Amino acid sequence: MSSDLESLYQDIILDHAKRRVGQGPLEPSSDASSVAASSATGESHQLNPICGDEITLRVWLAESRIERVVWQGAGCAISMASASVLTELVSGGTRDEMMEQLDRFRELMRSRGTIVPDEEILGDAAAFAGVSRFPARVKCAMLAWVALEEAVLAANS
Amino acid sequence: MPILSAPSHPLSNDEVSRIRNDFPLLSSEMNGRPLIYLDSGATSQNPVSVLEAEQEYYEQRNAAVHRGAHTLAVEATDAYEAARTTVASFIGASPEEIVFTSNATEALNLVAYSLSNASLGLGGADARPYALGPGDSIVVTEMEHHANLIPWQELAARTGASLRFIPVDDDGALRLEEAASVIDGSTRLLAFTHASNVLGTINPVEELVSLARGVGALTVLDACQSVPHLPVDVAALDVDFMAFSGHKMLGPTGIGALYGKSKHLHAMPPFLTGGSMITTVTMERAEYLPPPARFEAGTQRISQAVALGSAVNYLVETGMDRIEEWERLLGERLVVGLEQIDGVRVLGPRAGQPRIGLAAFDVDGVHSHDVGQFLDSRGIAVRVGHHCAQPLHRRLGLTASTRASTYLYNTTDEVDAFLAAVADVRSFFGASA
Ligand SMILES: Cc1ncc(COP(=O)(O)O)c(C=O)c1O
Repeated sequence: MSSDLESLYQDIILDHAKRRVGQGPLEPSSDASSVAASSATGESHQLNPICGDEITLRVWLAESRIERVVWQGAGCAISMASASVLTELVSGGTRDEMMEQLDRFRELMRSRGTIVPDEEILGDAAAFAGVSRFPARVKCAMLAWVALEEAVLAANS
Repeated sequence: MPILSAPSHPLSNDEVSRIRNDFPLLSSEMNGRPLIYLDSGATSQNPVSVLEAEQEYYEQRNAAVHRGAHTLAVEATDAYEAARTTVASFIGASPEEIVFTSNATEALNLVAYSLSNASLGLGGADARPYALGPGDSIVVTEMEHHANLIPWQELAARTGASLRFIPVDDDGALRLEEAASVIDGSTRLLAFTHASNVLGTINPVEELVSLARGVGALTVLDACQSVPHLPVDVAALDVDFMAFSGHKMLGPTGIGALYGKSKHLHAMPPFLTGGSMITTVTMERAEYLPPPARFEAGTQRISQAVALGSAVNYLVETGMDRIEEWERLLGERLVVGLEQIDGVRVLGPRAGQPRIGLAAFDVDGVHSHDVGQFLDSRGIAVRVGHHCAQPLHRRLGLTASTRASTYLYNTTDEVDAFLAAVADVRSFFGASA
């Protein structure tokens, strides 16, 4: 029981839930100096109607590279930590790498605890492996990833 | 049927321990711990007698009611109608005033759609007084469950009437001084909850009914959280309609009831239509049966109704006065205990003020989903989220809360174990100062 709880709430997750890397103002022009003028930007808002968890995420892409991710959200430790971990993981990487990470993360979340995550690819996001054994919480972990996917597609269109 | 009566002495932990033996699920384990079920506000557990009543119906009486000459059909019909009588007498109504529905949500929609049909001109002259239109208003409160809000939003949208609400204050209490101006000459219907599923408050029915009556408005009472937990005499409350759900009062899912004053049910047009609710049918039109049959189209939830009757008998034998008193004690213990925990904010009335046996609360720095998950690891089942009351949560500055809700089978030890677990939540999540 409580070892289960600790496998769900790994220290990395509790830490990210508080640090919230990437949480900040969403204005498209904010902090323009750090973003190349040529970059495309896309935004997505996701809501989990069951628990009211919410996130708005904006991404800046320049030549298929993810320059920057910023988000605002409210929700449980799992959903907020997932947004924070994702921001750290994908920033500076390519769009293709991010899509690969998303696929792996989604596969992990659907695994009901049967997959050993590849830390090479998933980095800190591997800490969410325990979430897959709590089906009611998988949506929480996926929320920011779904927002990222949609924001990237919006930036490319 | 024998007249059931309950002992007069108050419920105690000893007696509650015996009561618990009647509920198979309560002796199970969750996550390696004895289950502590504190989510009866969402749905209650069932005593063996209720489960057996449903099974016995299927083994011995199963047939279509009101539709056959054979003996089984007669017995099924008798069992179904006996359940109606049991439920009616439980709330001080007569059987013709009880319409079985699938749950309270359907009961409330039934009223809304019947009024909607009256507004379209259906139901003839009798139904005309029930028509709504532009210039009319429907009044609800800011603390309603979505089930007693959205049907009225939709009715307003269909008829052109406006929807207004009586606001709550920062503690969640209804602002009655404003009710008197919100309810005015345009008001045709006032719908409100008897006891709040979030705040635990018991609303002043008499005062609200008299405001509505003063302007000639109909009253609809959402009794989901009152009928299971306290003695309710609908005739004394003098509301026009009342809705409640069987699964919250030891009964099975799939059954609920609408109470409606006879004169209204006789005048109102049907909601669902089809078999079993008609007299003469031609290819062009149909004549309808009198209530309650008019509102029970199609094959009904017979076994569930029979089981609900059995649940009511269980409650009557235990004694609604005693249940109310026991749960008041548990509710007070919950609030007093929660108020003592650092960073915990209880929604609704403070300790010492009246409330039913439930408490919703916010834990500073920890989302309710995480609170619920933590409690689950200790075998404690609570509700998390907005409890189908988003506007109320928004008004209180929250998106979600955690709710513990008790019933006749909960002990003070369970409440204490719950409080001890809540006290550990903030340090686990690193939220304490
Ligand atoms: C106050 C209140 N009203 C209405 C409902 C709706 O009940 P049901 O879902 O059984 O129709 C509930 C329970 O969820 C409730 O607590």
